Amino acid sequence: MKRTAGENSQTSRREFLAAMAAAPLAAQDRLAIGFVYNGPKNDLGYNQAHVEGKLALKAVPYVRAFDEANVPETVSVEESMRDMIHQDGARVIFATSYGFLDPFVLRVARESPDVQFFHCGGSYRDGSDPANVGIYFGFIDEVEYLAGMTAGLVSRTGRLGFVAAKPIPQVLRNINSFMLGARSVNPSVTMQVVFTGDWVLPVREAEASSSLADQGVDVLTGHTGSPRVIVQVAERRNIFATGYQFNQSMLAPRGFLTGAEWAWAVVYRRYAEMIHAGKSVANGTIPRRVTGTLKDEFCQLSPFGPAVTAEKREAIARAKQRLLDGSQAVYRGPLRDNTGKTVVPAGSSIRIEDPALDQMNWLLEGIHGEVGT
Amino acid sequence: MTSQAALSSRLEAVIIPFTAIVAALTLFGMFCAWVGASPAGVYASIYKAGFGSWYSWQNSLLRAAPLMLCGLATALPARAGIITVGNEGAFVVGGLASAAAGLATLQAPAWLCLLVMAVAGGVAGGLWIALSAGLQYYRGINAVISSLLLNYIGIALLLQLVEGPMHDPGSLNFPATYPIPESHQLGHIPGSRIHYGLVFGVIACIVSWFLLERTVWGMKVKIVGGNGRAAKLVGLPLGTLVLTASFLGGACAGLAGMVEVAAIHGRASQAISAGYGYVGILVAFLSRQSPLRILVVSVILGAVLASGGILQRDHELPDATITVFEGIAFLAILASEALSGRISFVRSVIKREARELADAKS
Repeated sequence: MKRTAGENSQTSRREFLAAMAAAPLAAQDRLAIGFVYNGPKNDLGYNQAHVEGKLALKAVPYVRAFDEANVPETVSVEESMRDMIHQDGARVIFATSYGFLDPFVLRVARESPDVQFFHCGGSYRDGSDPANVGIYFGFIDEVEYLAGMTAGLVSRTGRLGFVAAKPIPQVLRNINSFMLGARSVNPSVTMQVVFTGDWVLPVREAEASSSLADQGVDVLTGHTGSPRVIVQVAERRNIFATGYQFNQSMLAPRGFLTGAEWAWAVVYRRYAEMIHAGKSVANGTIPRRVTGTLKDEFCQLSPFGPAVTAEKREAIARAKQRLLDGSQAVYRGPLRDNTGKTVVPAGSSIRIEDPALDQMNWLLEGIHGEVGT
Repeated sequence: MTSQAALSSRLEAVIIPFTAIVAALTLFGMFCAWVGASPAGVYASIYKAGFGSWYSWQNSLLRAAPLMLCGLATALPARAGIITVGNEGAFVVGGLASAAAGLATLQAPAWLCLLVMAVAGGVAGGLWIALSAGLQYYRGINAVISSLLLNYIGIALLLQLVEGPMHDPGSLNFPATYPIPESHQLGHIPGSRIHYGLVFGVIACIVSWFLLERTVWGMKVKIVGGNGRAAKLVGLPLGTLVLTASFLGGACAGLAGMVEVAAIHGRASQAISAGYGYVGILVAFLSRQSPLRILVVSVILGAVLASGGILQRDHELPDATITVFEGIAFLAILASEALSGRISFVRSVIKREARELADAKS
C-alpha cells in the first residue's frame, strides 16, 4: 500500500494536483459550517440578511454550509448545534441570534472544544467563557446616517417617523445617526420615535406606522426584526420609507428611498477563508471580536428608489466619500439630547468603533420620544 | 369469541394502523417531491437522524421519554371510555407545579426535592385531566372539547405565572421562573445524554399495562370503557373508575412536564410547551391505546421529532416540514379508524360467528 501511494505521488503529482483543482471537493472533505437563525428565512429582515450571507458561501468550493431556521432561544438551539456537529460534522457554527449565546452556545462550546463558534453581537467574558467562541458584529451608523440624509433631502414636511423595538443602545445609535444624517441637509427636521417593545410585533408596528402617517410624517423607517410592515404601510399611505436589515425595495416600488442593510456575505466569506487557512479563534489566530463598518463592507446602502433624483444621489455619494476618507464623522459635537443636555461637546467627535457608543442612552434634540419607556 | 374471531380482531388492530402509516408515508413522500426533495433521500435522513448512530438513538430516546408519558395521558382515560386531548395542558401545569414545588424545597436534599417535584407535577396533571373527565361524567360536557380548551388555559396560566408572580427578574429575554440549581436537577443515565425521564416513561408504560391487563381494576376499567350501561348494571362504581383512570393518565403527562423542568430546562418557561402533549395524542391513537405499543410507537415518533433539523440542513426543506408529517400521520390515523370492522375478511368472520351463535341458540 505504502509503495503504491509513494509511486503515485511521484509519477502523477501534477495530474493529481490538476485533478484536485478541477474537481469539486467531496462533500465530506469540505469545511462544514452550520448556521442557526431564530426567525424565518424569508423575513426580509435580520434573519434573511444572515441567510443571504450563508448563501454566498455556495460559491466557495471548499465550504459546505447548512442551516436551521425558527430555532427558539431555548435548549432547542443546543440540540440543533449538537446535531450539526455530530450528524453533519460541522466544524464551525454561526449562531446569529442574540439570545443563543448565554448559556446555550457557551455550553455546547465547552462540550466541543474542537468546533469554533461565532456569535453575532454578543459580549464575551474573558477568562470565564470558552476560548473557542468568537463574536462578530458590524457598525451600521454611517449607513443609517446616509439613509437619514436621503430622508432629509426627500421629505417635504420635514417630519420623520421611526418605529423601533426597544430603547437599547444599538437601536438608539441607529435612531440618532439617522437623525444626524437628516439634519445635515435640513437643520429644521424633526423626528417622532415609537417603541413597540419587541423585535417581531407586526401588528403593533403597523399601528405605529399608521399613526405616524396620520401625524403628518412623510418618511417612515424603523429598527425591528424586519421593518417590512413599516415600509408597506408607508407605501399604502403614499409616503416615503427607508429600510433596515435587508433590501426592502420590492415592497414599495414608489416610496422606497434607500435603506441600511447588512452584508454578512463579506463577513462569512472572510471567516471561511481564515478557517480554511488553518486559523482558529481558540488559539488567537482569529481575533476574538471581528467588527467592521461601511468601509469594511459589513453593511451597505440599499438601491435608491425613483424619488431620489440623480442630483440627490450625487450629494449622498459625496457624503459617503467623506465618511469613508474620514473627513466627516457621524457623531461630531456639539450635540445636545432632547432634554437639553450636551452629549458630545463642541470640538470633539466620537468614532463609531468607540465602545462608549454602546452605552448610549439619549435621543438627540428634535427627536420626540423617551428612552425610559 | 372463538380463537378465530379473536385472531381476526387482532389482525385488524395491526392492519389498520399499518395501512394508515403506509398511507401517511406515501402522502408525505408526495409532499416532499412536490416541494422539490427526493422522498427516498428524506426518509433516509429521517432514519439517519433517528437511528443512524448512538448519538441519534439518544436523540430519539430523549424525545421518546415525554411521548410515552403523554401517550398514556390519552390512552388510560380512553380505556375507561373518555377521549381527552388535554395532554399539553396537563404537561404544562405539571411542569409549573413541579417548578413551584421544587423551588419551595431547595433546602431539602436533592432526592427529596425531586420526589416532591414529581408528586406535585403528577398530581397537578392528574387533576387537570380528571377535571375534563369529571365534567363529562357528571355534567355531560364533551371531554374532547373541554380538555382541548383546558390546554389553552394551562398555557395561559403558565405565561401569566412566569411573567408575573413566579418571574425571575434575571430572565430578561425569555421570561422564566427562578432556576432549579444543577445539583437538584434530574440526572442522566450514566454514559449517555438521556435523562431518567426515559426510565419514568418505560416504568409508567409497564405499570399501566399491568394495571389494565393483570388486575381486577383494569378489568373493571375496560368494562366501563366497553359499555358504560352494562358496567352500571353489574354495579361497578363508574365515576370512581373513570376519574381514577383519567387521574392516572393526567399524572403521567404531569410527570412528563416535571421531567421537562427538572432534567431539560431547569426552570419553567414558555419553552416547556414544546408540543410533546399534542404528539402524545398521536402516539396514543397510533398505539390504539395500548401501553406496550406506546413504548414502541414513542421511540419511532421520537425519531421523527429528532429529524426536524436534518430535513432543513440536508434537504433545505422548510422548518415546518416535520409538523406537516405529524399532521398527515394524524389525519391518516383518524381516517383509518373508519375502517374499523369494515375490512371484509374480519367482517365475514364476525358475521359467521354471530350466525353460528344464533344457530346454536335456536
